[in-house]
Amino acid sequence: MSLHLALRGAAQTSFERSEDFLDTFFGGADNPLRHLGALGLYFLWILVATGLYLYTVLDTSIDGVYNSIGWLSREQWYLGGVLRSLHRYASDAFVLVMVLHLLREWAYGRYHGFRLYSWVTGVPLVWLVFISGIGGYWIVWDRLAQFSAIATTELLDWLPIFSEPAARNFLAPDSINDRFFTVLVFIHIGVPLMLILGLWAHVNRISRVDYLPSRRAMAAIMASLLALALVKPALSDLPANLALAPTGLRLDWFVLFLHPLTDITSPAAVWALIFGATILLFALPFLPHPAAAPIAVVDAPNCNGCSRCHADCPYEAITMAPHPDKPGHRIAVVDADNCAACGICAGSCPSSTPFRSQERLVTGIDMPQQPVDAMRQQLEARIAQLQGRTRLVVFGCARGADVAALDAPDTATLSLICTGMLPPSFVEYALRSGADGVVVTGCRDGGCDFRLGMEWTRERLARNREPHLRAIVPLDRLQLVAASRGEGIQLAAAIDEFRTRLETQSTAGTKPPAFSRRKIHHG
Amino acid sequence: MAKPAAIAGQIILYGAFAAFIGYFSTAPTYRQIADDVALIKLSMSHLGGRECRKRTPEELAKLPPNMRAPLDCPRGRSDIKLVLELDGKPLFDTVMHPTGLSRDGVSTVYKRFEVKAGTYQLAVKMNDNLVVPGFNFVKEAQVTLKPAQVLVIDFNPDKGGLFFQQAKD
Repeated sequence: MSLHLALRGAAQTSFERSEDFLDTFFGGADNPLRHLGALGLYFLWILVATGLYLYTVLDTSIDGVYNSIGWLSREQWYLGGVLRSLHRYASDAFVLVMVLHLLREWAYGRYHGFRLYSWVTGVPLVWLVFISGIGGYWIVWDRLAQFSAIATTELLDWLPIFSEPAARNFLAPDSINDRFFTVLVFIHIGVPLMLILGLWAHVNRISRVDYLPSRRAMAAIMASLLALALVKPALSDLPANLALAPTGLRLDWFVLFLHPLTDITSPAAVWALIFGATILLFALPFLPHPAAAPIAVVDAPNCNGCSRCHADCPYEAITMAPHPDKPGHRIAVVDADNCAACGICAGSCPSSTPFRSQERLVTGIDMPQQPVDAMRQQLEARIAQLQGRTRLVVFGCARGADVAALDAPDTATLSLICTGMLPPSFVEYALRSGADGVVVTGCRDGGCDFRLGMEWTRERLARNREPHLRAIVPLDRLQLVAASRGEGIQLAAAIDEFRTRLETQSTAGTKPPAFSRRKIHHG
Repeated sequence: MAKPAAIAGQIILYGAFAAFIGYFSTAPTYRQIADDVALIKLSMSHLGGRECRKRTPEELAKLPPNMRAPLDCPRGRSDIKLVLELDGKPLFDTVMHPTGLSRDGVSTVYKRFEVKAGTYQLAVKMNDNLVVPGFNFVKEAQVTLKPAQVLVIDFNPDKGGLFFQQAKD
């Protein structure tokens, strides 16, 4: 195992444990670690909203910037001061969640293959965030701004890009003029606009983007930041004075950490780190990785153009085009670059029902590595072998808790690429073919490796999404269990509990009528 | 987890998040220089000299009328030698090279020196045309530096060449 794989594995385990721990308090839908991208966007909108107010009161003269911002904190602490603090703390939180988001996506291996585009478009955004953040500190023009401006220009001067040292602009009090702050404000607005544009590109290839965290999470985070703003309002340092070197700086370590790092190393070392990290991030997807799984395949005669796969695909990999053989009909077309090979489309296809009588079940869109026909055959074979008082079928996710380990004479297990590829009709089929109960397990809320697999499964089984579970299926014989990778024990306990419930409750009359497939051989 | 316990856990975790953000947004305090240290910033941007030759009347006559400049000056500029001494001891000694592919741009330097606060004899010598030996610009003065004070050494022909700049008491 390479060092990279070992590091990534350790990081993934750490994230999984942290997420599972936080799930106990927040649940999957509100768990901040499971929605870092959405949190980042939320902090960005706070920055935009508070920034607009700060811009309206900003006087872009040398003394004016310091005094106008200081006035907010002193005279209008209840509004402008709070908004200023929110602006500061949201920017810090934005940097924090951005770094965690990047680390998490790397840890889960979500940076190559069909995710290449999202990864590569995300890397430049890190630069824009820091350019915007560092420039934002300069606008206040206090001693911290002075320190950062000089440290940044000294760092830039190491690069052979300016004919004259940029740090000469901050030599003495008469070195800068009012125009400097006009340009600075222009940059501090322009770079975040570029960031928003870049974020649009970053999420462009995924559908149903998690633009914001849950309302509960947003309210709680806003309450936390407001409390922080009131308890510890963001204040300016003493006004900048280029005749004096700033000492004892209350540094923002989230945004300005590069300055001390330059002091303890060198500009060359810091640029090597910055460019090295950037190149590494860009190169990461191109390192050797296991071959991509086969993508979804459309079978034209069995595709009726219903577009459910198009609606359910988490990566906008499916588009609808005119059907080549059926005039007036449409057909699903898979974009190989975007397809995650998750199988959610196969689960959404109405043709994926195992009740069809063909000997070989061919559906409209299928996964070559785990065709729906193979699933049916495997299910029939396993049900035929089931013994015991209460026979269960467990459908699981290869990325979630390992269901194969739970295989037993009274328990048949089927591991799917993603739980989202389970057509609800398979649940009915299992019950009508001899199973007493069905367990469907997948990753926890917000933890689905393919984003929407578990969400669509829940909705389909709850009869809120097509293809839905038919009313003939009694819900008391179905158990949905969220269990992440490594939660096999919890899953086993949930299955035992379900079995006990089936055995102790009076559910005998609720079982749907038995079904035996009439096999037709097509020639 | 029971709801009250989950809510309590959320309050604690969101509080920890806010505390983490709040603490590292201003702490720990960073000191770039020690309390008893002052800064000398040596920075200048100056065109080096060049040796021009006076054209002879015969040479001028051969040129088109609109190009009869009396002096023939090379495009390239001289390197600039710069020496900084503190209490008679060399603190910095460099040769600045002209920028530009044709070496016709300004020569620049930007250096920051940390010195203990106190009184020093500060001397800066510059030769902006190395064809000529010695230093054609010299500035020497006794300076008193207070803690955190910044003294700038710059060059401006309009201010008489080399000059020191520091905040007045």
